[in-house]
Amino acid sequence: MYKKLIFELDRGEVEQNYFSELDVPEEELEDLLPPSALRREPIGLPEVAENEVIRHFIALSTLNYHVDKGIYPLGSCTMKYNPKVNEDTSALPGFAGLHPLQPEESVQGALQLMYELQELLKEIVGMRAITLQPAAGAHGELTGCLMIRKYHKVRGQARNTMLVPDSAHGTNPASVTIAGMKTLEVKSDDRGLVDLDDLKAKLGPDVAGLMLTNPSTLGIFEENILEISELVHEAGGLMYMDGANLNALLGIVRPGDLGFDVLHINLHKTFSVPHGGGGPGSGPVAVSERLKDFLPVPIVSRHEDKYFWDYEIPHSIGKMLTFWGNFAALVRAYTYIRMHGAEGLRRIAETAILNANYLLKRLEGALELPFPTRPMHEFVLSAHSLMKETGVKTLDIAKRLLDFGVHAPTIYFPLVVKEALMIEPTESESKAMLDYFATTLRHIVQEAKEDPQLLKEAPHATPVGRLNELKANKELVVRWHNK
Amino acid sequence: MAYIAHSESDRQEMLKALGVESFDALIESVPAEARLKKPLNLPPALSEMEAVTHLQALADQNRRGLLFVGGGAYDHYIPAAVRHILLRPEFYTAYTPYQAEVSQGTLQAIFEYQSLICELTGMEVANASMYDGGSALAEAALMALHHTGRDQILVADNLNPFYRQILQTYLNDQPVELIEIPLQDGAVDQAALQALLSERTAAVLVQNPNFYGIVEDLDGLAEPIHQAGGLLVVSVDPISLSLLKPPGAYGADIVVGEGQALGNPLNFGGPYLGLFASRRALIRRMPGRIVGVTEDGQGRRGFVTVLQTREQQIRREKATSNICTNSQLCALAATVYLSLLGREGFREVGRQCLQKSHYLAGQIEKIPGFKRRFNRPFFKEFAVSTPVPAAQIVRDLQEENIYPGLDLEKLGMGEGLLIAVTEKRSRQEMDRLVAALKTYQA
Repeated sequence: MYKKLIFELDRGEVEQNYFSELDVPEEELEDLLPPSALRREPIGLPEVAENEVIRHFIALSTLNYHVDKGIYPLGSCTMKYNPKVNEDTSALPGFAGLHPLQPEESVQGALQLMYELQELLKEIVGMRAITLQPAAGAHGELTGCLMIRKYHKVRGQARNTMLVPDSAHGTNPASVTIAGMKTLEVKSDDRGLVDLDDLKAKLGPDVAGLMLTNPSTLGIFEENILEISELVHEAGGLMYMDGANLNALLGIVRPGDLGFDVLHINLHKTFSVPHGGGGPGSGPVAVSERLKDFLPVPIVSRHEDKYFWDYEIPHSIGKMLTFWGNFAALVRAYTYIRMHGAEGLRRIAETAILNANYLLKRLEGALELPFPTRPMHEFVLSAHSLMKETGVKTLDIAKRLLDFGVHAPTIYFPLVVKEALMIEPTESESKAMLDYFATTLRHIVQEAKEDPQLLKEAPHATPVGRLNELKANKELVVRWHNK
Repeated sequence: MAYIAHSESDRQEMLKALGVESFDALIESVPAEARLKKPLNLPPALSEMEAVTHLQALADQNRRGLLFVGGGAYDHYIPAAVRHILLRPEFYTAYTPYQAEVSQGTLQAIFEYQSLICELTGMEVANASMYDGGSALAEAALMALHHTGRDQILVADNLNPFYRQILQTYLNDQPVELIEIPLQDGAVDQAALQALLSERTAAVLVQNPNFYGIVEDLDGLAEPIHQAGGLLVVSVDPISLSLLKPPGAYGADIVVGEGQALGNPLNFGGPYLGLFASRRALIRRMPGRIVGVTEDGQGRRGFVTVLQTREQQIRREKATSNICTNSQLCALAATVYLSLLGREGFREVGRQCLQKSHYLAGQIEKIPGFKRRFNRPFFKEFAVSTPVPAAQIVRDLQEENIYPGLDLEKLGMGEGLLIAVTEKRSRQEMDRLVAALKTYQA
């Protein structure tokens, strides 16, 4: 009954009582607005009673997998538990009801929270200055790239090339392009690390910087990182760190101490802001001394006991978001950090690393480990041999996992691994859950050998079976139409 | 509080399984000289009780009062049911719907959202959301530049100044020229605009209602723009589309806007909701996720993301945009909000905004020294010139917990106050503002 679209529940006209009666004298619509400006046709919104709207969306919600239900081991996505208290603190009326353009004097609590979060994050990542404005990781990347570009420009250099390893997230090269620069790929070596010879060969007067994910998307810490930073700096470039995998480093090592000049932090990964089915996130960008004069405006500063919007940033790139950042996400991250303290944050990283290593151990021999280096918080397996043996692809394994009530890992990424499964359990998973996931994946590998068809037709136990993407892309029905 | 499930014996068992004595053996790849030598210098961990008290104290330091402030974020009423749906962990703790078979709730909600945005804007396709109204406009400009291969963007001078700053920031490093469209009495000067059109024009960016709240007359604007080979990009307040003609009806090619007003709290500026819709012919240039209908092997209806080859995870440096995370939960709020209100309820919001803002404007204009700055139709926001600097009024009335509007001078938009009225403001509240403003009468 509740498998319809909201439009298919339209009753033509239903009663509702959300608003007070109009309490001012009503004038004719046509006297207030020119008739040519008015909508002629009634707007195509459905008329559905609230109780039916609720049932509709609850029915939809039951079709979703989510991290409150079980393990969600998407690599580089850090699907950790989202503490409930964060939902309460971020919804306090004194925060949620604040207009972004109220005078500074009336929003001192909000500014103080932002100021303190700036300080906390700077200490955690070892950087000199920070902006909380970017709305997401990729938005932070763009912010960082624009700052790097302007840094060179101000110094009279037209450096136009960003080095990006072949294992990088797709957002990295995409952000470089929007910032008006070119991407030059750096190879990984046989251990999954940046190939130093290739890096050296590509460093030159046109290089603006190196964009590095550390630990890499293979979950491997760049053990030559200090040397890499030195090489890039010597060549006149800057070091950008994609902070997607920051969870592994909390309290252990700080990007600022590794020589990075700019880093975006995904509050919706490392600092427990929920992913919301795709967003909103929050992507603060922290910078070294070199880049502090290039941050977007404004940041929050303090003078004596008063917090204020600080626009005094000499070479600011400008503005990235309409207002100040995704404030409700900042409240959640602030709550989370304050409840953990230094020791708690380190325990997060340690447990994330322990969990990944334990899970990898439990999966030993089931699938290939193409880069046999001890991982940090995530690792990448390959089903390439299994595919050659059985015809079963990584996609089929992923779909079959869904049948067992767990979510699939990130698949077909990073691109340097064939038939990749990128697995990040996070610190939130119990030993029992890790054991269950490992046993399940081993079982599925066995199934692939015995009954490959079962996997090729998976999933079998989900609300819908495998969906026809070809048809969707061919027909491109992307909206409902009133027939 | 670490939200970690392991007991100490679990931990020991796991280390034992790994054949190591202690955790440190797992991080040997981190060079010793790079490691932190001492614990992070952070304040001590708070219990949940302490954290709640502390956060409440910070929230209490913020003052809330009678809001007549708009400028791109509006204090509309949000039915209680919206938050209750948003608090379903099935929605808020899910990731981007990469595994469609276990993400049908999110995917169908996106499909419904796209359909609703198409209904509002009169466009053929919409994406799953952008960060906010300002960044959506910048992405629209990028899309027009790529589509036309041209290098000029014409921007109306009455566009939200924050949006124009973002545009400037995004386009700073591109070989692109931003040209301001002159105004006449607060609205786009159509003749001047037409004179600016050329074979270099990629797009014309206008806002309707514009930053001053004025309902622009955009009929007949699309034709010369299209003849010149450019695109018409319109930034909207979606609430206004309850009464106003959708941009699709006057020939817009891309429609963007701030969707916060559709069921999302003010949240001190974010997260908000970037609306993004276009003509179907432009779908392959669109940034962001798009969801389409399909079916499974048994012919059951289902939803998947389509045209992923536009996106960064496939296309990398050649992607139409770098966007990955968007504003999905805010888009869900908009979907629930519009579903609850329906045709009649949504129209009622528009009717009340229009009627109440005109009542307030009428009352304020009776005060000597206060005058509407523009003789133009408006929807829910209007600019008035004031007998004393607007900054002073804003400063003074704050003491009475009245936020009378925005000081336009501070925003570089001329002098006076920009006053916004939503359905939430009662006549009594508006009369309170009028009484307060009377103390400044000339």
